[in-house]
Amino acid sequence: MTIPKPANNQKKKFDVHSVRGDFPILRQLVHGKPLVYLDNAATSQKPQAVIDALVRYYSTDNANIHRGVHELSMRATEQYENARGKVKTFLNAADDREIIFVRGTTEAINLVASSFGHKFIKAGDEIIVSNMEHHSNIVPWQILCEQTGAKLRVVPITDTGELMMDEYGKMLGPRTKLVSILHVSNSLGTINPAERIVKLAHDRGVPVLLDGAQSVPHMAVDVRKLGCDFYAFSGHKLFGPTSIGILYGKREWLEQMPPYQGGGDMIKSVTFEKTIYNDLPYKFEAGTPNIAGVIGLGAAIDYVNSVGYENIAAQEHALLEYGTKKLSGIDGLTIIGTAKNKSAVISFTMKQAHPHDIGTILDAEGVAVRTGHHCTQPVMECFHIPATARASFAFYNTKEEVDVLVKSIDKVLEVFG
Amino acid sequence: MTEPQTPAVAWEELDELYRHTILDHYKNPRNREALAHPDAQARGYNPFCGDEVKLAFAVRGGRVQQVSAQSQGCAICQASASLMSEMLKGTRTDKLRWFAERFRELMRGKGLSAEERHVFGDVEALAGVAQFPIRIKCALLAWSTLDEAMDDYEARHKT
Ligand SMILES: Cc1ncc(COP(=O)(O)O)c(C=O)c1O
Repeated sequence: MTIPKPANNQKKKFDVHSVRGDFPILRQLVHGKPLVYLDNAATSQKPQAVIDALVRYYSTDNANIHRGVHELSMRATEQYENARGKVKTFLNAADDREIIFVRGTTEAINLVASSFGHKFIKAGDEIIVSNMEHHSNIVPWQILCEQTGAKLRVVPITDTGELMMDEYGKMLGPRTKLVSILHVSNSLGTINPAERIVKLAHDRGVPVLLDGAQSVPHMAVDVRKLGCDFYAFSGHKLFGPTSIGILYGKREWLEQMPPYQGGGDMIKSVTFEKTIYNDLPYKFEAGTPNIAGVIGLGAAIDYVNSVGYENIAAQEHALLEYGTKKLSGIDGLTIIGTAKNKSAVISFTMKQAHPHDIGTILDAEGVAVRTGHHCTQPVMECFHIPATARASFAFYNTKEEVDVLVKSIDKVLEVFG
Repeated sequence: MTEPQTPAVAWEELDELYRHTILDHYKNPRNREALAHPDAQARGYNPFCGDEVKLAFAVRGGRVQQVSAQSQGCAICQASASLMSEMLKGTRTDKLRWFAERFRELMRGKGLSAEERHVFGDVEALAGVAQFPIRIKCALLAWSTLDEAMDDYEARHKT
């Protein structure tokens, strides 16, 4: 039991119903109706393989890592570091040491804002974000700006929900010290032209952080092809456990950056005269980490690889196309976010009812959607709306579920129409 | 299928929630005109959904003489503000805090006595919201704004 099961890399033929069988949570009734889970952008469900990995770890291998000479500690350490290798391969990073385990996208961004920020960003410098960022890619920079006197610049978006790339190009200047932009929008579904964003910044010597929270669950990501300097994502949106996430950073940067938190594991030696920091990646992993979470994330990556991104993309594309067609036909319904290059997210408003009222009626039908501003208040402001209802799909969703969504929206019309 | 994990929400219950009193007040909110000379005003805002209630009232002889309730947001929030505004008209200002408190209790499931029912009138249509915990805050916004308006009233009328 010391070595986790090897990844099953043989691609099976994709069958959505058999894939659904991997997710025990989907087999339930909510309010007496089969659960239709369309809140995947908030968090995804977990396959049995991930649940089993957690149970197996806690049942047989649980111990603290790195500091033990005993068998269990060695097993735990091996699995923990093995998972780091999986993430490295998953992102096509150059080196294991470029993979830092954090709590999630939020902590990854905060780490860069705090560590990179305080080392390289001074009063008068500029940081570029966009108008479609999640709050977690706005607030850490605002805090940094407050502390340093740097300035936040915001790339505007069009009324289809796409970045104004010309404006972005103009914004890049001698004072720009960092660009931090999301790869895929959680509230609009827009897939941003990440490679161009990076290229334009690099032409001016500016490093780029990409918020990949909504990309890794849906598409293969190659950080070296993208060229980005930092990449952040959350395990829980990738069918893994909560409270585990990744910061990828190019070694050149990570080496130069000071520690984010101090404590155990991040040091080589401690005396009151002088403390020597540990090497990468441990310099950024102070304290006992989320060991089970890391192992669970490794299992999630194996699972995603076994389903295959081609299959995931094909299924989600079909759902997006079908859902968009069906929802567009509903009287009074407006889809918010109509970018050409879009992930399987459909945010919408209805003339007849507020998103909260839509959400309550859909819930009674067993349909889980999210309603609110989705932690993207500036996006809501752009579109002059307080909130949207959002259906976000994963590869385990079906066209029949889209039909249930549409029927449930009919109920909204029945009450409010 | 495993056993149902949550109680079924019957169509009748939803119907109950949005029954015609609420829909009526949502579609035709009462007392939306601003007041020229309010004696108290407050604005309640819920940043999570953008619900907003702007409340103002004018007092004469210790009683609410005119009310203005301007709300934006979901049906529950807007109906609650509208129903409350109707209830406030003509009532003594020293009763208003108790109204807010009693409404909170109603949302926690404590039904109205016959006497209270008389006071609250159509507001009781909101009692069903208690069955939908996540929506209680939508109904409460108007009433917490009432508390803030009372703060404003008392601050202005300190002697
Ligand atoms: C685009 C984007 N960035 C960042 C986050 C924050 O992720 P977490 O809460 O897992 O740190 C989210 C989660 O909703 C997101 O969608």
